Amino acid sequence: MAQETYNYQVVRQFAIMTIVWGVVGMTVGVFIAAQLAWPWLNFDIPYLTFSRLRPLHTNAVIFAFGGSALFATSYYVVQRTCHARLFSDFLATLTFWGWQAVIVLAAITLPLGITQSKEYAELEWPIDLLITVVWVAYAIVFFGTIVKRKTPHIYVANWFYAAFILTIAMLHIFNNLAIPVSWFKSYSAYAGVQDAMVQWWYGHNAVGFFLTAGFLGMMYYFVPKQANRPVYSYRLSIVHFWALIFTYIWAGPHHLHYTALPDWTQSLGMAMSLILLAPSWGGMINGIMTLSGAWEKLRSDPILRFLIVSISFYGMSTFEGPMMAIKTVNALSHYTDWTIGHVHSGALGWVAMISMGSLYYLIPRIVGRELYSLKLVEVHFWTATIGVVLYISAMWVSGIMQGLMWRAVNPDGTLTYSFVESVQAMHPYYVTRFLGGSFFLFGMLVMAYNIFRTVTHDKRVAINDAIPSPAH
Amino acid sequence: MFDPTLFVSPFWSWFIIILTSVGIIGVFWLIRWMSTDRPKPDQKIETMGHVWDENLEELSNPLPLWWLGMFYITLVFGIIYLLLYPGMGSFAGLLNWTEIKEYNQEMKAAEVKYQPLYDRFKSEPVETLVNNPDALNIGHRLYMTYCTVCHGSDAGGGPGFPNLRDADWLYGGEPTAIKTTITAGRQGMMPTAQQNGLNEADITHVVEYILKISNNQHDLAAAEQGQAVYGRICIACHGPDGKGMAAVGAPNLTDNIWLYNDGNVLRDSITKTVTHGRQGKMPAHGTFLGEAKVHLLTAYIYNLPNTQK
Repeated sequence: MAQETYNYQVVRQFAIMTIVWGVVGMTVGVFIAAQLAWPWLNFDIPYLTFSRLRPLHTNAVIFAFGGSALFATSYYVVQRTCHARLFSDFLATLTFWGWQAVIVLAAITLPLGITQSKEYAELEWPIDLLITVVWVAYAIVFFGTIVKRKTPHIYVANWFYAAFILTIAMLHIFNNLAIPVSWFKSYSAYAGVQDAMVQWWYGHNAVGFFLTAGFLGMMYYFVPKQANRPVYSYRLSIVHFWALIFTYIWAGPHHLHYTALPDWTQSLGMAMSLILLAPSWGGMINGIMTLSGAWEKLRSDPILRFLIVSISFYGMSTFEGPMMAIKTVNALSHYTDWTIGHVHSGALGWVAMISMGSLYYLIPRIVGRELYSLKLVEVHFWTATIGVVLYISAMWVSGIMQGLMWRAVNPDGTLTYSFVESVQAMHPYYVTRFLGGSFFLFGMLVMAYNIFRTVTHDKRVAINDAIPSPAH
Repeated sequence: MFDPTLFVSPFWSWFIIILTSVGIIGVFWLIRWMSTDRPKPDQKIETMGHVWDENLEELSNPLPLWWLGMFYITLVFGIIYLLLYPGMGSFAGLLNWTEIKEYNQEMKAAEVKYQPLYDRFKSEPVETLVNNPDALNIGHRLYMTYCTVCHGSDAGGGPGFPNLRDADWLYGGEPTAIKTTITAGRQGMMPTAQQNGLNEADITHVVEYILKISNNQHDLAAAEQGQAVYGRICIACHGPDGKGMAAVGAPNLTDNIWLYNDGNVLRDSITKTVTHGRQGKMPAHGTFLGEAKVHLLTAYIYNLPNTQK
């Protein structure tokens, strides 16, 4: 009988597309950042206006780049930690082509202005249905593999991937319930403030489960692997897993402070957002402390540095988030660039950097070649770090300045600044943000080059895709 | 007042209360349970004994104490907060706080603080108030707060939004007219060609006539035909000499000032106006600004054309 192997084909496909969509999504991001600094860059072409490209950017980086990274790593991790091949090769292939089709449809419809106008859920109902089909197939493949596992226990990374897959299914379906009126237009099933609440229940948990739980799954596999150290604390992983998935689902109302949302919902959202701090930091502690006893590796290993710095950004953003959810802080920060800075310290610092670190580990092992250049990983690490820091510090300054300018009043109670004066004051920070984004994109291009050389050169190593036979 | 009608039935209120309480108590129980039998300081930390994928293992380190402390503090804070403020379903909270109450209090405090500043100018007529720099400064700040979004920071207006500096007033430039505009708002309405019963040829001709009376380049023959159309229809609002009528906000067509000029070809803009009509809306500001502020704003705007010389 031939040796049974893991399915690396679908992992390879998703891993390569992660790089491609990363380059695309970040390029659009840098372009719209430039538009905010120099508005003439929309060239009076409707397809290039900020309002249409912004959802394209968010969809491309979250669902195309982040989504492909989650598919690639979850398929790899679930097989290797279950000692079992994917439940169904056919369904796995279907998720790959289905997901790519969703992305291409998004890239066509969003610049055309076809949108549900729900943040992070802009895609219209036919695409939503396709997403649902792909997601159900994904769940079958993932949980099917868990069921046929040869290991007695389910590894912690898989708990997080599982929570991510289940919760996103629920969020996607309920937020997108709508009544279609044509192929390209539908109306939400909810009205008014209920629609807003469902939207931010979805929106915040897209952050909580897509961009957090999923990537924590990544962390729990690739950090101990790259550091070659055991996970710091099993107990901590249990506590922070259950507390995190319980608490996150309540935090959505903090996006709607001081709106028509009823008072009780706002307070409850704020209280739960604060309680979320400790569960979030549990993940950070477990990730960083996994390195204890091997700190010296950070000096020599840029891949590990990617992973650890991303966890630090995770800790920083998950401290900032609960603070911003406090109503008095939110009164200043809401609607300002501070929010954009907060999102990007999470998205660039945490999500992108942990994915990059994980892919540098993963890709050589699935394509059977040595990584082309560790030096270039080093270059990528520094440009990415400089990029994030420039980006978020520009947005902090600009956001707090905006908030203060908006609330400043003269001795007679009139506003000190008109809105346009605050817009004018943002210009230098928008230029700085554009520079930060450019650094980050440059790093991504370095990665794309490095990976391209990796898969095309011929320093081959054996691919270890044999499924170990059960212990005797 | 807390509004108990927010919930359609007591069921949903209890649903929230029970879910929240059980959840928070559950988290308490979880961290207490997971922090029992801590290892002694010199005890060696073992792994849990499971191995995945060749070398993945987990240590049995205890929960860090500082982290546990932080967790308890946020939980206690959450419970106290939900006791004081609304949050537990229809329970109003011990402080009886509501957002609308806080808003009204702040508005009231602001009124007590600021209203005298405005009231002291109330009795002075607009015509003399324009000589008072204090009043004009306040008027300017009110303008920057409430008017710039449409009329621009320089009061120069834009397509569809009147220029306030050019002494060309749609509804008249006397203080009383300006005050009425700010207080009650205005609804400008130019009917469509269909409503006016104009055909394609009528539109072309009357546009040439309007270009003629405003001293722009025009087709003389067409303009002559257009004069008949004008005399039949447009005259009702814009008057026999094309000078407009402030009573209905009909603009003067002879002064070459165009409210709806999009900056490209003037002929096209006028054609669009005649064909599709126009709807202009100045919102009413009287209720939320109050008489004293409207008075100061009136003086500032009344004085604007003088500041341009």
